Formats: sequence, C-alpha cells, structure tokens
Amino acid sequence: MDNSEKKIMKEKDRWTNESLSKKPVKPVRTDAGMDVDVLYVPKERSQEKYLKEIGFPGEYPFTRGVQPSMYRGNVWSFRQYAGYSTAEESNRRYKFLLEHGQTGLSVAFDLPTQLGFDSSDPSILADEVGRVGVAVDSLEDMEQLFEGIPLDQITTSFTCNAQTVVILAMYIITGEKQGVPMGKLRGTLQNDIIKEYLARGTYIFPPKPSLRLTADVIEFCSKEVPKFNSISISGYHVRESGANAYQEVAYALSEARTYTDEVLKRGLDVDDFAPRLSFIFSSSLELFEEAAKHRACRRLWAKIMKEEYGSKDPRSQMMRFFAGCDGSSFAAKEPLNNIIRATLECLATVLGGAQSCHVMSYDEAYTIPTEESARLSLRTQQIIAYETGICSTVDPLGGSYYVEHLTDVIEEKAREEMKWVEDNGGMVACVEKGLIHEKLAKQAYEKEKAIRNGERTVVGVNKYIMGESKDAQTGRENAKTGIELSKVDPDVYKKQLKKLNNIRKNRDNAKVEKLLNDLKKAAESDNENVMPYVLDAVRNYATMGEMIGVLKSVYGTFRCPTGI
Amino acid sequence: MHMQDEKIRVLIGKPGLDGHDRGAKVVALVLKDAGMEVIYTGLHQSPEQIVQAAIDEDVDVIGLSVLSGVHMSASKKVLELLKKEGMAGEKIIMVGGTIHSDEDIVELKKMGVNGVFPTESSFEDIVSFVRKAVEEKRTQRK
Repeated sequence: MDNSEKKIMKEKDRWTNESLSKKPVKPVRTDAGMDVDVLYVPKERSQEKYLKEIGFPGEYPFTRGVQPSMYRGNVWSFRQYAGYSTAEESNRRYKFLLEHGQTGLSVAFDLPTQLGFDSSDPSILADEVGRVGVAVDSLEDMEQLFEGIPLDQITTSFTCNAQTVVILAMYIITGEKQGVPMGKLRGTLQNDIIKEYLARGTYIFPPKPSLRLTADVIEFCSKEVPKFNSISISGYHVRESGANAYQEVAYALSEARTYTDEVLKRGLDVDDFAPRLSFIFSSSLELFEEAAKHRACRRLWAKIMKEEYGSKDPRSQMMRFFAGCDGSSFAAKEPLNNIIRATLECLATVLGGAQSCHVMSYDEAYTIPTEESARLSLRTQQIIAYETGICSTVDPLGGSYYVEHLTDVIEEKAREEMKWVEDNGGMVACVEKGLIHEKLAKQAYEKEKAIRNGERTVVGVNKYIMGESKDAQTGRENAKTGIELSKVDPDVYKKQLKKLNNIRKNRDNAKVEKLLNDLKKAAESDNENVMPYVLDAVRNYATMGEMIGVLKSVYGTFRCPTGI
Repeated sequence: MHMQDEKIRVLIGKPGLDGHDRGAKVVALVLKDAGMEVIYTGLHQSPEQIVQAAIDEDVDVIGLSVLSGVHMSASKKVLELLKKEGMAGEKIIMVGGTIHSDEDIVELKKMGVNGVFPTESSFEDIVSFVRKAVEEKRTQRK
C-alpha cells in the first residue's frame, strides 16, 4: 500500500466513524453471499495492478473485453432462442425475427429431438413432439428449417448436447445442398454434456462415451469446420439449477478444463482448438455482481489457458461468451414485470462484455413466447444497443471501485470452488457422486424458502402484491395473467409421423442399414472419429432415432444421481 | 403404532423427457423438512415407471412435476395405469409446476387429480394439503 492509498483508507475510517456511526446500516450481502460495504474506495488499486490484472480490452488478461473496441466496433449479436412445432413453422419464426433485425439464429429443439428419439418412438408422450422446440427427425426437417435462409450469410447456434454429432452433420449437409461448403459455415454448438448431467437433463449416454463424442466434434470442427464454435461450455444451466455467481464460473471453467484435457489426449495442440471454445453464462438481477462475474470469468480463463495449458495464441485465451436472462428470476405473477427484469439482465450481460445475448420474453414463466413477446425481447436488445449510449465506450464499469472489488472476489472464490472440484476427483467424479447436485438442490431450496418467508423480495410475488384473493374454482392466487399465451398446434405429432413414414418409404433402406452398421463399428473402435460416419448416414436420410439408437447399443444409457 | 403416527410417504415423479427438476427437488425438500418420507424418481420417467415405483414403495402420495407442458397427458396416463392396477382412488395425486391455464387446473381436478400446485404455490399450502389428504384417506380405510 503506498502513501496515497494509506491516506484514502485513513480517510475512509474517519468518514465511517463520523457519518455511519450516527446512522448505522444493516449488513447487506450480494446474491452469491458476499458482504457489501456501504462504500468502496480505491483500495490497493495501484497502477501496477491495473496493468497486470485489468489491462486493456483485446489484450491479456482480457478483463475489459476480448475485442479492442468492443461494441463501438461491432454490437453484440441479438440471438433470440427460438423453435417450436414443425420445421416449416420455425422457419417462419426465424424469417420473422431476421426481418425485425435479429442478427443470429439460435435453434430450440423439442425434447424428443434433444434426447435422440424419433417423433414416432412409442416410449415418448405424443404431446412432447414440437412442444418446447422444433421436432427434427431427419435431414428433411433441417432442410425445411433453413429453407430460404442462406447458410453462408447467417450464424446459427444450436442447443444440442447428447446428439450434437447428428445435428452438426444435418447442418453440414443442408449447407452442402445450398452450395455452402462446411469450411464456410459459422455458428455455435452447445455440445456441453457435463452440464446436462448437472442441470437441464438431456443426457443419454454415460459420461465417458459422452466425453468421447464431445471430443470427436471438437476435433472434427478444428479440421473441417474451422469457423464453427465446436462447443459452448455452460455456466448458465447450473446457475438455473441453484448455483451462485462464483459457482457458475467455477463449474463452467472446471468443465472447460475437462474437455480441454480430453481433446489434448488426441495429440492436438491446445491452440489448434481452444480458439473455438466458447461459453454460455447467465445474467441475473444482481446487476453489479453479474457484470463483475463476466469480467472475472474472462480473466480467470485467460490465466488458465496461458499459465496452465501454455497456450501461445491469444485467441485461445479470449473467453467469448453468450449470455441469457436468468429464467428462474422470472415470476408467473404479474408477468409484465418480467420485461423490466429482462431489461436489467440484458444490461448486466452487456456491461459484462458478452458477444451475444438472448433476452427472455415476459410470458416464458408460462410457455414459449408468442410472436409479439418475442419481438418485444428483440426490441429490448435494440433499445439498449442503440438508444442508451452503452456502446460508446468499452467496459464502462471498469474502474468502478465496487465492480473491481467484486471482480477480484469472484475470481478468488471461483478458484477455491474449482479446487474443491479437483479435490473431489474432477467434474466427472463430482457428477457421478452427485456432489454438485446435492449442493444445487439445497441452495435452490434455501432461495425459494427465503422468497416464501419474505427475506428475499420479489416484487408482485411476496411484496406489493395485488390483493390476496384465491380463485374459487382453481384455488390459484391472483389467477388471471391478463396476457395472451402461445398455443400448441395439436397436429404436429401427426404431421411428423406422416413425414417420417414418407422418408422411410422413399429412401434406400438397404444403404441406410449398411451405413448404420458402419457407424456402429466406428463407435465401437477406440480411435475412429464418428463424424464422417454420421455424415454419410444423415446424407442418406437415416433418422435421429436410428443413429442415436446405434450409439445407445454401443455405449448404453445412464441414470444420474439426483442429490436428493 | 397408530396409523396416524405412521410417516407420510410421498413419491415425486418427473414424467416425460424434460430435465429441469429444480422445482421437483425443492418440493421434495419441503416435504422432507415437514417430516415426510420422500422418494424422488429422477429424470425421464415414463408414467408406467412412476406408477410401478409408487406401488413398490407403498407411498400415500404421488406428486408429478411437469415444466414442459405435458401435465395433462402425463396425469391422464398415471390415473389410467392406477385404475388398471385396481388402485384408482388409493393414492393421492398431486401435480405441480408450470401449469398456466385455469381450464387445465379445472380439467385435472375433474380427471381425478387431488391437488394442483402451479409455480409459486405456497409451501404451507402444499404441506397442509398432503397432511389433510393423507389423514382423510387413512381414516376412510379404518
């Protein structure tokens, strides 16, 4: 501490004694449980520390952002997550969003598709088909999804994990048919299976073969689809399941280490693939903590890549990320209040320096958004980007005494949590033992309890509530939402079955059978990448359920611990 | 031991393919904290598996947690299977999660679901519903 800092600290003590002792304040903690001082001053923020720990945007350790001019050069991409019903319906929604100024697509699949089932599978509930996303059974659906949308002019993000190999192959062949070679395709695959075991739950195979498939995709993309982000490692979903801000950072980066180690085993150099690792985070309502979290995470990843993995390419050290609103912060009561929550969460994302953002729609505490609510979410991003001046300068919160303090503390706490993961055998062992599941369930419960007993305020839910009446027929409090909700097309299931029957009738079934057998052999071998085999099967209209069925027959399925 | 002193046993089932079970786990912990024995099935359970587990575990209550919008078909299936097993009316059925339409709530109750608890339901309401319903059922059986 130099003399000027000592003087500031001494003055702060004086101020505290003189001012605050007269009017004591209650202790306050952030969402993640960190004590918050009434006022922050430039404690220990020497010039030397600035250059080492904060630095300049576009330069190591990237605390202030991965690009030198950030949004002044390029505004983040507005990437609303969308998909429902059939491929034709979703195609219409994509065109609608693009016409209204959306700059990237983000595809939501229905649950059967995410879990590798055909829509015709007898073990699924028929009304899950096309319900929370679009049903994709074969290449035909993928072709219809992007009908009239040139793949060389758009970037597409896919929420696919256990069955990424199939989705990537379908997109590649769709591009091929449009005359766009795979080397030119741009987009992002989620492909993060570990977080599926921890949250979200769309896993199929046990962890070990799952990691192999993830690595197959990363390796294949590094060689053949170089402009695609081969994985998007997620903190978002564990946060939604109950993690706090620094745990979100810690689990995501521990996963990133696991994938990096897995790919390195194949003899690749870290700089061959790390520039295409990307991330997904949540932005919740604790505005400053969330902005600080994104900054801390970026810095920590840069240090891990450089110091632990010895990467030389700065692109490997740059943590590029997408962030979305924290769905669990949304309330079903007084749903229009969610517009304000979403706006603040978008602000936290942008103040944290994200590369792309999704703003949730106010009706998503109920169901998937209507056209109108989806457009409003897009407008929220556009107003923040173009009407607030937020893009004029880089990292406007940088240098805030409070935010820099939070950035330091989150980095430190995330490191401690990552060490806890390592001490327990790493992420896969933590998943298999249910250790993180247990923590998340307990924390989610404590948070809900705090809302129910009023310790934690949710406006319109436990404070400033409109009346206390219960609907006599339903027993629901303040039942009327007053908003129009999207309707599910009752014929999706029938339409998908018809399509599937046609495909099975019109394709070369003997060829498909042979290709599925080839895929099986590749899956059984230790060193064959399955991607080329999946590509051949997809090109010949093998279905999702058939290809994943083959992989299930080799790898088996998995039941994850619940932590309860 | 009197029947009333026996611990209430609850099965929380997660029907369908949806993997978001934060709410299911929260309700499981609420009921555990209220002194009940709670079994959580985990993800991706078919109605058949849920009903079988409820029979094997001899529970008083079957709670179905649904976020993905399949609460109607999943509940219908569970009720049909219980009927098939000759156990219609034997178990208390409750459904919770994202149930957005009032018509659905009315329909679920008509179908034979005893309690419906949409998102943001009060913990006290859930606990007192289970206690009261189980007590009534045990008294009827005497």
